[in-house]
Formats: sequence, C-alpha cells, structure tokens
Amino acid sequence: MASNMLAPENRSGFAFLLTDTGGKVMLAILLFAVIIVPVFNLWVPETSPFHLSTFFVGLFGKYLTFALLALSVDLIWGYCGILSLGHGAFFALGGYAMGMHMMREIGTRGVYGNALLPDFMVFLNWKELPWYWLGFDHFWFAAIMVFLVPGALAFLFGWLAFRSRVTGVYLSIITQAMTFALMLAFFRNDMGFGGNNGLTDFKDLLGFNLQTDGTRVGLFIASAVALGLAYVLCRYIISSRLGRVLVAVRDAESRTRFLGYRVEYYQLFVFTISAMLAGIAGALYVPQVGIINPSEFTPANSIEIVIWVAIGGRGSLYGAALGAVLVNYAKSYFTGALPELWLFALGALFILSTIFLPKGIVGTLPAFNAGAGARAFAARIIGRVRQNLGGAP
Amino acid sequence: MAALIKLQSIFTPGLKSALLVLAILLGGITAATTGAQAGEFEDALASLAKAKTKGKIAAINVIAASGDERAADALTAFLGGNLYFRKADKKILVAEKSGAVYVLTDPLTSKEIGQSKKSKIKKIRVNNRLRKLLRGVLGGLTLLAKDPDKRRAAADAVFKSRALSAIPVLEQAIEREQVAGVKERLVMARAAIALDKSKIEAERLAAIATLAAFAVPEVRSLLGSIANSKASEAVRAAAANALVDIESRLAFWNGVGNVFQGISLGSVLLLAAVGLAITFGVMGVINMAHGELVMIGAYTTFMVQEVFRNYFPEAFDWSILVAIPAAFLVAGAFGIAIERGVIRYLYGRPLETLLATWGLSLILQQLMRTIFGPTNQEVGNPSWMSGAVEVTGGLVLTYNRMWIIAFSLMVLISLVIVLKKTAFGLQMRAVTQNRAMASSMGIRTGLIDALTFGLGSGIAGMAGVAISQIDNVSPNLGQNYIIDSFMVVVFGGVGNLWGTLVGAFSLGIVNKFMEPFTGTVLAKIFVLVAIILFIQKRPRGLFALKGRAVEN
Repeated sequence: MASNMLAPENRSGFAFLLTDTGGKVMLAILLFAVIIVPVFNLWVPETSPFHLSTFFVGLFGKYLTFALLALSVDLIWGYCGILSLGHGAFFALGGYAMGMHMMREIGTRGVYGNALLPDFMVFLNWKELPWYWLGFDHFWFAAIMVFLVPGALAFLFGWLAFRSRVTGVYLSIITQAMTFALMLAFFRNDMGFGGNNGLTDFKDLLGFNLQTDGTRVGLFIASAVALGLAYVLCRYIISSRLGRVLVAVRDAESRTRFLGYRVEYYQLFVFTISAMLAGIAGALYVPQVGIINPSEFTPANSIEIVIWVAIGGRGSLYGAALGAVLVNYAKSYFTGALPELWLFALGALFILSTIFLPKGIVGTLPAFNAGAGARAFAARIIGRVRQNLGGAP
Repeated sequence: MAALIKLQSIFTPGLKSALLVLAILLGGITAATTGAQAGEFEDALASLAKAKTKGKIAAINVIAASGDERAADALTAFLGGNLYFRKADKKILVAEKSGAVYVLTDPLTSKEIGQSKKSKIKKIRVNNRLRKLLRGVLGGLTLLAKDPDKRRAAADAVFKSRALSAIPVLEQAIEREQVAGVKERLVMARAAIALDKSKIEAERLAAIATLAAFAVPEVRSLLGSIANSKASEAVRAAAANALVDIESRLAFWNGVGNVFQGISLGSVLLLAAVGLAITFGVMGVINMAHGELVMIGAYTTFMVQEVFRNYFPEAFDWSILVAIPAAFLVAGAFGIAIERGVIRYLYGRPLETLLATWGLSLILQQLMRTIFGPTNQEVGNPSWMSGAVEVTGGLVLTYNRMWIIAFSLMVLISLVIVLKKTAFGLQMRAVTQNRAMASSMGIRTGLIDALTFGLGSGIAGMAGVAISQIDNVSPNLGQNYIIDSFMVVVFGGVGNLWGTLVGAFSLGIVNKFMEPFTGTVLAKIFVLVAIILFIQKRPRGLFALKGRAVEN
C-alpha cells in the first residue's frame, strides 16, 4: 500500500505510468485483448478450435465493467479510506441512464408499438412521458447523464457527509442506507423506471443491433478502453500531489486536517470521481447483459464489490481489477457447477481474505511484489505483538 | 311504522301480539298466519309451503317472533335453501342432499325421518328479499344466545341489516343483558334501526343522539348516509353534527392506534437493535451477521416447538418460555464462536470486521437453507399470545404485539441491570473505556470480549424468538432487520442504551404515522433519507458519548 509513497519524486509527463509495472502489464493485457478478441471472434471461423465464442466475449466484457467498478471503489477505499457500501447504487444509476436511452431507441418496435412511451408505461396506462425521461432519446444526452447523475448524487451525499465529518463505519452504514432507500424507490411502479422488472428488451444502441457478434465485440472493446482510460486517470490522480493528500487522509485524517488541508474537499472530489466511474461501468454493463432492474441496488451487491477489491488487493488499482475478474469468474463457475456451494465459498472468501490476505492477492503473492510478502509478514508479527500487549485500537 | 316501534317499546310484555300486527302490516294481509294460538310456530312454518313472497315474509316474522327454540334452525335451513315440503302432504322438511337421495329432517322435532327422491319433494323458494329478511331475523334470534361473543356478533348483524322485525327481541335482549360491552352494541343496533326506519323526527333525533356516543366506523358510515339523504333538515343537521364529533374521536383513536402500532414496530426494532448496541456500541464491532443471529434465535424457537409438538403437545403453550433461554444460549454460543474464530483477529480494523462478518452472514444463511430448506418454517403462537382486545371501536390491540412490547422492555431493563450491577458488567465497561488499563488491573480482556459479544448475540437470539411470533421464519429473516437495526443504533447514538430505546420507538412511531399518507414503502424511504440527513447534523446520533472515546 505504501509503495506509491516511496515512488520517485521528480515525475513529469507520463512518468506516473512508466514507473508502474503492474499497471503497464494490465494495460498491455487490455491492449492485447482489444486486438485479439475481434480477430478470434469475428474472423476465425466457428469451426476452428481457435474461435472465441460470443458468449465468452459477452462474459468477459461484463467482467471488464466489474473491473472498472472495482477500480472506482479502490480509488476511494484503497487511497482515501472511504469504504462505500453503496457503490452499486452509482453503478445502477449509470445503468438506468443507459437503459432509458435504449428503451427510447426501441420506439415502435415494442409490444404495444407506442413511439413515445416504453412498454411498461403503456401497460400502466401512463399518458405521457415523465419529465425526467425527456432528452433520453438522444445518445449524447444519455451519455452525459451516465456520469452526471451518479456524480451529482455522490456530490450531494458526500458534501453532506464529509462536511459533517461522517467517516469510517458511519459512512459505510449510511451509504448502505442510501442504496437500500434507492432500491425500495426503484421497486415502486409509480417511479417510472419499470418497477420490479426494470428496463429490458433492448433492441439496438447507436443503430447497432445488440444481438449481433459485431456489436458484442464493440461493447467489449468499449469496456476495455474505458477500463484502460479509467486506470490511467486514477493512476494520474493518485500520483499527483492531490493523491498524496488522499493517502494522508486515509492514514491519519485528523493529522492531515491539523496540517491545514481541507480534508472534506479532497474526500468529496475523489468520491464524486469514483461515483462517475461507477456510473460509466453501469452504462457499459447494461447493453451487454440486456437488462437493468432494482436488484442491482441491493446492499449485498455493493458489499460484494468491496470483496473483489479486498481480494485483488486494496490500494493497488490493477489488483482491484484483477480481483473483480477472478471473483466473478469463480462466481460464474460455481453458480453453474455447484450452485448451493457458491454462498459458502463467497462467505469463506470474505472471512479468509480479510484475516489472511489483508493486502489481497497483489500485496501478498511474491510474483506481484517481491518486498510485499516480507512486509506483510512483518506487519503480522507487529500485529500479534500489539494484540498481546492489549490488542485493539 | 315508527309508531310501531314506540308501541313495541311500551308493550314489551305483549310482544307476540304486537309482532303479529307488525307482521300483518309488513306482509300484507295473510289469513294463514293470524292464528295467534300456541301452535303459531307450527302454523307459520306450515304456511310456507303454499305462500307467495308476501306470505312468506309474514310467516318468517311470526316464526322469528314466536320465540320458539326450533325457529333458528328452521330459518337457517330456509336461508341455506334446504327447506322443502313433501308434495304428498305439504309437510315442511329440511332436506340435505346425500348422494342421489335427500336425507330428510323434521324441523318440528329435529329428528331424521328417512330419505326421499328429489321428485317427491319440492324446494321452498327463497329470493333476495327473503334472504335479507332472514339474515336480519336470524341475527335477532341469536341475540339471546348464551355466549356473549355470539350475542355481540348478533347485535352487529342486526346493526347491519337494520331489520325492523328484530326490535322486539332486541328490546328483550337489552333488558336482560349483563355484559356492558354487548349491551352497548345492542343499544347501538336499536338506535340504528330507529334512525333508519322511523318516520318520526323526534325518534330519529333521539337515535342520532344515542349513536353519537359510539365512535366506530359503522356508525360513521350510517350517519354519513343519513346526512346526505332526503331526511328532514333537522335530522340531516343533527347527523352531520354527530358525524363531525365522531370523526374527531375516530381520528383520535386512530392516532392512538398509530402510536400503538409504532411502539409495537419500535419494540421489534429495539429487540433487534439492542444486541447490536452491545456489539457495535460497546465493542465497536460492526457485526453484519447480527441479523443471522436473530434468525438463529427464530430457528431455535422452531426447533423447541418441534420437540414440544412431538413429546409434550399438552404443554405447547409454554414452549416459548423454554425457547427464550434456549435461543439466548444457542445464539450466544454462535456469537462466542464468531468472536473467538474471526473477530478476535480483526480488532482495530472495523472495515475488515464488517466484511468478514458479512461473509459469515452469507455462510449462516446458506447453512440454514441447506439444513431446513429455503421455505418458511411454521412457528406457532401460544394461546395466551393470540387474540386481541378491542379498546374501543376501530382500535384493536393484539396480545402478541403487547407481549412483544413488554418483552422488549424487560430485555432492555435486564441488560441495564447486568451492565450496571454485576461484576461482569463492570469489567465490560472497564474494557470498553480503557482496554490497556483494564488489562493491567487483572481483567482478562479476551474473555470479557468473548462474553460481551456472546451477550449481544444472545440478545439477538431472544429477539429472534419474539420475531418468530410475528414474521416468517426463513433463512432471509435476518436480512430484513439488519439495516433497520443499524439505523436505530446510529440514530440513537452509539454506546448508549437509552439512545437505542428512544431511537427504536421514534423510528417505529414516525414510520407508522407516515404510512397512511405515503404507503409502507415510501414511508420507509423517507425515514431512511431522514436518518441520512440527521447523521449529517449529529454524526454521533441523538445521545452522543462525550469525551475522548469519541475520537476513535
């Protein structure tokens, strides 16, 4: 976690990327995937053993959006000590914004053939489009809303919370209350977001049919590019002076405040950026899975995101992305092969990773960081000693 | 007809003859029923065979007024369409279809008199007008039943039907009635009939005055219809006035009802949150598996009841009393195991504790799902917890809710006693306030941690016993309470039991007062948003701890 504190002082231009080995590897893998996936899916014939199935492309495209979501959580939790248990809400809001655009795109092809109203509104006997649906027929408007709405909510929420110095577990609990309240709200039919069923039956996006292989690959590439750009952005933020202050807030909030920094502004800034990233992840996720419904708001979902980060490696951006992909791959495997065991496995992951892998895979496995294993060992010894001396805080 | 009512109230002893006059007036002239002799029940019954609707009405009224004990059975059969007569001799029969034939019963002797083919008997037709009348007079007949509940139900039935013919029996019943609650209902029914059927303004006004004393929804709707009817100016005005009065009293009782509902919801929240107030408030441990400990308590109740059902079915009523300590011990044992197995390694890292205990909650849920299945388990109410008491019209307090309120307060008080008056409580507070100092004074902090966590978990288990009485016992039970209980603790102020008490009750009451205006879901959303905003104002809750401990 402390590695970025020890990074060289005199940086300029893209030095913040060049010094980051793990990040370079991750970006290289993404670039490789962006080139290789279209080739093996679209141009290698289906009969060939090298053919990459569209199912696989869709699956990994989904994982990439989860990786982006994990990145956004790691930015605030790993670098600023803000544990949000409501990030699923920002993800879902971004998803709803994109879903609303795609609902409008359906137009007269819906079951009721209504050019203006989505099917569920016709079904509920609505006469006109609610005001908050206006504008969503334009892609550019939806694309702005995708990060503006989560960003605005995060700004409002964060402004209230950080100004009153609500931090630590209190913040975690009220973020959880926030996503729970949103979930209850979106389940209501009169909210105008499709209630229980959410938004689904999407046909196309920007004129591309969502069912075709080409669009799938396109969405995969878009997710990979978004993840890469978001990584560069996050990396830039944490390598800047501002990033140093964030880490200072994480490690000693009061002390940073006493040094004259307006801690709440830093927290607010990074929280809002993070929510916007989560919104973008949601917007990329929805066209790939074809549905968005209020269950995305469940507090359990938001907590699961945190465990991706914890397992990958809190405070290491590429670790968070890696954790998201690994855990979700395991989830897909388990829920297919041994469905009743998945919750046991996930629960065990939570417990074991927090006790035995406090730094996650990236911080513990020597392949990722030669010094980290030894540091972790030392930290554990120190922890034992402290505990024997009377343990807690 | 109004005069008749008066007439009857004056000549109550001469009931039967008065009723006959009434019957004749109501039903037109029907010679068949005028024999006011001893056999009037038999005669009236026999006349049903050939009478037309008007004649039947008269006959029904005579039967009802006869006071004969066989009347209720015969009229019930008539209402149910089971009254027939034999074509050969016009004898009235009660016939019930049994396979291809009909089993016949003599309504006069109530004895079975053989079977018959359908072609030999003929049904006595009953139409809607007759059905309405029958319901009314049957209500009147049961007015004199032995069981007060039956009398009360009969009074309510008469109130609804407002059958004029019920008046004489009603008078008789009012005179005899000893139970105050039932008498009220009888008076109410009589006034309702007078108001509805009388043509004399003074009588109607008197009836309104009587009715105004009863703040119940039925009276409100009756007065409402009178106020908008074509009645005279004075009657309408009086009804409208009485209505306003009743509305305000109903609103008051509705408010009282809301407070009760709110306290009842609050006591459930309190039970669920009080254990959390220990683990989170005192120890600073975020236990996301708290809801699952509640669930374990509920499942323990289920298991205890299963044992009782199988081995001591006659003592089933007392199974709850066994379940409470059992749930405390089981959930407490789980809690100690969780503390020793997981949380011990995570002290000082609250966010990691949160994640690890969330993992535990997933495992416990899945464990219960694997063992008991995902469906709801049946947990019974003991007889002394079921039922309800009606304080006044519209306000019904159920016993199980009242028991839960009492139970939650008992739990809270015993907890305060444990914390303030026992050595364990003292040591616990010492460890909370200054761990290092407590340790150097010879307190085994590790043991105290484990026991404290066990105490909080055990209370969660007892909450599970209470919740099993009002909610479905399923593996998801805990999930429904965890966010609410965290809200209560955070709202009330961490580390303060009184804060938890005030927090739980105020959240419950606010919720219940908002529900009529906004609906359940929206009320809950508003309360959550309100708490989120409240936390901004007072980040440490209503009753914040003061001093240095706050900083950590």
